[in-house]
Formats: sequence, C-alpha cells, structure tokens
Amino acid sequence: MSGIIGKKIGMTSVYDENGNSVACTLIQAGPCVVTHVKNEETDGYNAVQLAFDEKKLKNTSKALVGHFKRANTTPKKKVVEFRDFRVEFEEAVSLGLEIKPSDVFKEGDFLDAIGTSKGKGFQGVVKRHNFGGVGESTHGQHNRERAPGSIGACSFPSRVFKGLKMAGRMGGSRVKMINLKVVKLFPEDNLILVSGSVPGAKNSYVVLEK
Amino acid sequence: MSELIKIVEKEYQETRSKYPDFNPGDTVVVAYNIKEGNKERIQNFQGTVIQRKNKGSNGESFTVRKVSSGVGVERVFPILSPNIESIQVLRRGKVRRSKLFYLRGRQGKSARIKEKLK
Repeated sequence: MSGIIGKKIGMTSVYDENGNSVACTLIQAGPCVVTHVKNEETDGYNAVQLAFDEKKLKNTSKALVGHFKRANTTPKKKVVEFRDFRVEFEEAVSLGLEIKPSDVFKEGDFLDAIGTSKGKGFQGVVKRHNFGGVGESTHGQHNRERAPGSIGACSFPSRVFKGLKMAGRMGGSRVKMINLKVVKLFPEDNLILVSGSVPGAKNSYVVLEK
Repeated sequence: MSELIKIVEKEYQETRSKYPDFNPGDTVVVAYNIKEGNKERIQNFQGTVIQRKNKGSNGESFTVRKVSSGVGVERVFPILSPNIESIQVLRRGKVRRSKLFYLRGRQGKSARIKEKLK
C-alpha cells in the first residue's frame, strides 16, 4: 500500500465528457518527505514514514528536530507511517526522499481518503444513528417526535444491553472514504482533485491511500 | 475562496467568456443539446432569467422561466455545462432585485418586466 499525506483545500465541481457535473474535493498533497524506513530485519515489518507541512523550529521538540535532521529535512507537522510502501519509480525509498502526488497516483486511479470528521456535538438518535423518529406529530404525540422509543424489555433482562444506539457525542472520529476517483492531477502545485467528498474541515489533514 | 481552487476553475473561464453577460430580468434563448438515444438535437428554451446562483464559481447556474400554454415552466441550466450551445439575449429587463421569485405568483399584465433603455 502506498499513499501520501494531504490537506483538504475545499470543494468545487467539474464537468465530465458526458456533460455531467461531478462534485470534487481539492487536496494539496505533499511534497512529503521520507523521514524513516522500517524493514523486516530490525522492525519485523516493512514500512515508510512520511512527513508533511512545514513547522516552526521553535515549536518542535529537540527529539523531533533530531529525527527530522537524520532525514536531512526541516521539521514537519504531520507524520504518518505507511506499511509496505511502493512508488512508481524503481529506486529504493531512502531517507530524505521527496514524494509528490504524481509519483503515487495517476489520473483515473481510485484511492481511499482517511480524515477526522467534523465534530457535531451532542446529537440525538435521529441524526446520530438515522432513526426514523416517531413519524407523526398528532395522535397522542407530545414533544416525542425525535425520541428513540423503547430501549429494552422489562424484568428480563432487567438491564440495557451494551452498545445500544443512543444519543451522544457525534463526529470528530476517524473516517475512511473508499474508492474515490482521481479526476485530475496538478503536478506543479501538488494538487489532487478527487471525486466526491472527503471527511473533515478545510485545512485538515487527509491521508490518501492507494 | 481559496486561491488554489481557482487553479482548478481557471480552465472553465473560456467557456464562461463565450456567453454574453446577462442578468435577472433579461429575456434569453438558451440552445441546449439534447441526446435522444443515438440522435442529438438542439432545443431552444426562451424565457425570463429569474435568478443566477453561485456566480463566479464552477457550480454557477441560472433559472429561466416561461409560461407555456398557461402553465409556468422553469428550467435550471448549469452555466458551464458543455450541453449549452449558445445563450442569446433578446431583451434587457429593468428589475430592482436579484431573485425574481415574485413572478411565480403573477400572470398576465402584472407579470411584465419593464425594458431597460440605455
């Protein structure tokens, strides 16, 4: 699995050859730098650590400064590990190597995007778990239109089952959108245009996997 | 809007400059390409522009309203759609708002729009 780290820029739409409008998300991906390489002998598995987005030196801990120095690069904000990393070119992935979106993806590819969804706060069951609600506002209903209904039986089992869908905190969790199509690549600006939506707010980090 | 999104939308500026500038209240003819099976033909839709939405972005669209045999008909066209052959302005209208939804409740004399004279 290869991939790259990106930043969500925003959404727009483009037109395909049939004249249909396609909603797309623009992601600024890379250039990422290889900061660590793991292999089977020393670590038990193969992996590559990528880093993305400049960070001020004064905001970086001494330990991390040393880590980035080993790869001959400046401190970065986001660091992600990819297992069994493979890129198009043949040369071995080495420390300090710069990886661009066009090295990993080409137009027409399908990718998975992982991000942290927008926080929604404390939400009821209708929004959080797609419950139907009561469905009618008359026939004896009084302020119960979005209520969850019964949460279990009576003296048996005398308790509420674990994991029952109830109201609570929604959003702010790791979400993976699978099979998004790469509509277009902009190699000069390191931009990727993918069809569909991507989890998270603008300027939040997105991990793109192939 | 982010500067980076403009990089994506730049290539559509050419399509946009193909059409004349028009505003709500104008009477236009939109020539639209329609696919029926394997055949393609051009259909003209003539009416009053009652709104332009998301102006400047790639998602921009405009709504044209006409009254066809006593029934109001509205069509929404994405302005960058490759299916639009041409847009022709027949008459410039003088209106005081950007969304002319008040025309929906009117018919006959009160649904007229004054012509803009230069």
